[in-house]
Amino acid sequence: MALKGTIEVNHKYCKGCSLCVEACPQNVIALDMEHLTPKGYHPAMLIDEGCTGCAICAVVCPDAAITVYRESRKKKTK
Amino acid sequence: MIEMEVVYSRPESFTPTTTHYCPGCTHGTAHRLVAEVLDEMGIREKAIGVAPVGCSVFAYDYFNHDFVEAAHGRAPAMATGIKRVRPNNTVYTYQGDGDLASIGMAEIVHAAIRGENITVIFINNAIYGMTGGQMAPTTLPGMRTTSSPGGRDVETMGYPVRMSEMLSTIDGTSYAVRRSLHNPANVRKSKKAIRRAFEVQERGMGFAMVELLSSCPTNLKFTPQQALDFVGDQMVSYYPLGDYKVAPEVKALKV
Amino acid sequence: MTKELMKGNDAFAEAAVRAGVEGFFGYPITPASEFLEYMAKRMPELGRAFLQAESEIGAIHMVYGAACAGVRSLTATSGPGLSLMSEALSYIAGTEVPAVVVNVMRGGPGLGNIAPSQSDYNQMVKGGGHGDYFPIVLAPATVQEAIDHITLAFDLADKYRSLVFIAVDGNLGQMMEPAELPPMRVLPEEPPSWSVYGAKDREPNILTSIYIDPPDEEVTNIRLLRRWMEVEKNEIRYKEYELEDAEIAVISFGVAGRICSSALRTAREEGVKVGMIRPITLAPFPTEAIRELSKRVRRILVVEMNTGQMLNDVKQAVGGRVPIEFYGRIGGITPLPDEILEEIHRVNQNTEDIADGQEKVEWLERLEARIERGDQ
Ligand SMILES: Cc1ncc(C[n+]2csc(CCOP(=O)(O)OP(=O)(O)O)c2C)c(N)n1
Ligand code: SF4
Ligand code: SF4
Ligand code: SF4
Repeated sequence: MALKGTIEVNHKYCKGCSLCVEACPQNVIALDMEHLTPKGYHPAMLIDEGCTGCAICAVVCPDAAITVYRESRKKKTK
Repeated sequence: MIEMEVVYSRPESFTPTTTHYCPGCTHGTAHRLVAEVLDEMGIREKAIGVAPVGCSVFAYDYFNHDFVEAAHGRAPAMATGIKRVRPNNTVYTYQGDGDLASIGMAEIVHAAIRGENITVIFINNAIYGMTGGQMAPTTLPGMRTTSSPGGRDVETMGYPVRMSEMLSTIDGTSYAVRRSLHNPANVRKSKKAIRRAFEVQERGMGFAMVELLSSCPTNLKFTPQQALDFVGDQMVSYYPLGDYKVAPEVKALKV
Repeated sequence: MTKELMKGNDAFAEAAVRAGVEGFFGYPITPASEFLEYMAKRMPELGRAFLQAESEIGAIHMVYGAACAGVRSLTATSGPGLSLMSEALSYIAGTEVPAVVVNVMRGGPGLGNIAPSQSDYNQMVKGGGHGDYFPIVLAPATVQEAIDHITLAFDLADKYRSLVFIAVDGNLGQMMEPAELPPMRVLPEEPPSWSVYGAKDREPNILTSIYIDPPDEEVTNIRLLRRWMEVEKNEIRYKEYELEDAEIAVISFGVAGRICSSALRTAREEGVKVGMIRPITLAPFPTEAIRELSKRVRRILVVEMNTGQMLNDVKQAVGGRVPIEFYGRIGGITPLPDEILEEIHRVNQNTEDIADGQEKVEWLERLEARIERGDQ
């Protein structure tokens, strides 16, 4: 089963540049046109199920605004 | 048992400050990569950055370590002064293309000639960002800028300079590579190169520079994604990505 | 300690080593190259940083970097090099880090020549770089004084986080004189708290000269000016010669001042009531001392190896109270004691008023006549 992930976008840093939107292979990010960040940008947000936690969005984000989480199975200890 | 683990979070070498960069400007990406590398190598506490004059003039506000601010183009000389008297610190410059390849040409070339044990992060965005989009030494042939309104005519305005190639001809250069920030795969490769460039310094192997093709959406009058596409399509073909100089001992480094 | 016979430039360089210089960065230029050559040998012996830079621009920015790193750092140059350094000097001043520059002055403008001169007075005293800033300028007249000034320069630079110039000329650099060097300074173990040395267990230190908000820049300028006022209050230095009963006064600095002092001795023997003030700090300038002096003498003679750069500062201090005359040799020519003696006698006998600016016209006439006669 594919692991599930999620992201958190920090509104303090996000400038609504859309680079994460373009880069997300699952097409699960969009700009939130309902809200503005304190700096006046429409922030990125997760819009759908299907995030894999691949962190590609974080790799392209120029403002280090994204925190990426992914499910992890506890590793077996040998 | 299934738990959520953090796969990516903001680097500790960053301060909690919003940058002044335009949305989508890859100066931010380059900063982030440097910060991640400093974190991973555990060298934040001994890092000393040298900021340029250019859009990244306030770089020192974003990094959580000691910083100085150089005069336009002189960062390599200033870094030399610091490194020579504080050899145990990690000293790096962060410079734009006007800064490094125009006004600061003598300083960068001679830092390389001396094999100065510093790391140089060179942002090539083909334009003068801070001053409002004038022609840079790296502006592509035919490219319109505010000071080459009819497009860069190489007959009268000269040719774009390829710094990585140029510095690779210098014996003192240990590491000179060009990477690009235009897509995730290339961002990852850029980070690896930055890591190597800092490892070179940590091991006292001499002068290391990473040239990063970068975007300036504002002055190119593009959306952030179009600006990245310009980098990926136009700039990469004039400035081929690759390793121009990797000294044998650097090649042998396991990074 | 005993006195040794030492050549100026070597003595100054060794004095700098003993004052605790940990970074020397330079570029060859006559008549300052010996300083560089001495350091090339001496600094590595002590495990300290020495580097011949690619240019004076490179050299001074290395000094700037080393100064930010919190060590005593230094360069030595001459006029053409100092011109190139102007950019960094302004940055050093704006960043408020201590640094010392030795300027072995030579004839100018342009490439000029390599003979001794004092024509960089304005360049140093009035700043040279952009913006409002206030370097301290020391002008020694003997090898011993220059040696002492090197330590003094670093102490002042550290105390006020200021840029300090030591203005010498080729005469002093080449002079062999008995002199005593200071003891070797023990290097500090801890870097200054404001400097960059790695932000371990503390907040990062940021050294910059950019204050993008005008109100911040205004406050910075006020701070710089207030600090300068402190310097003016505490650090004015000058030497007086036979002023008690003097009726005329010579004002002259550096090697010119030294030549004047020997002419003055002869003039005294010949019965002229002449005294002298030799400014040691060209900046801050001994304005008050000269003002007081102008209340006691009837005439002042300013002697420089330039076209009258300090003259303007003297005029400002005197405020028209007494006539001021000028004598200078230029282009790399050092005046002879006899020449000055002649001037002292002439000034002593002159009772006429001199309109502002006329002193230069008359001086040029005398100088051109002298050149015409073929006298040195
Ligand atoms: C001596 C000097 N000349 C000119 C300038 C004006 N200036 C500021 S930034 C800059 C160009 C910056 O361009 P670049 O280095 O390409 O960096 P970018 O802004 O594109 O990141 C210029 C010319 C200056 N500050 N100092
Ligand atoms: S890339 Fe970063 S700054 Fe740009 S929209 Fe996405 S989260 Fe916001
Ligand atoms: S982690 Fe991957 S899948 Fe999830 S939002 Fe980011 S890019 Fe898309
Ligand atoms: S002007 Fe260009 S280089 Fe400067 S911050 Fe904006 S996008 Fe980036």
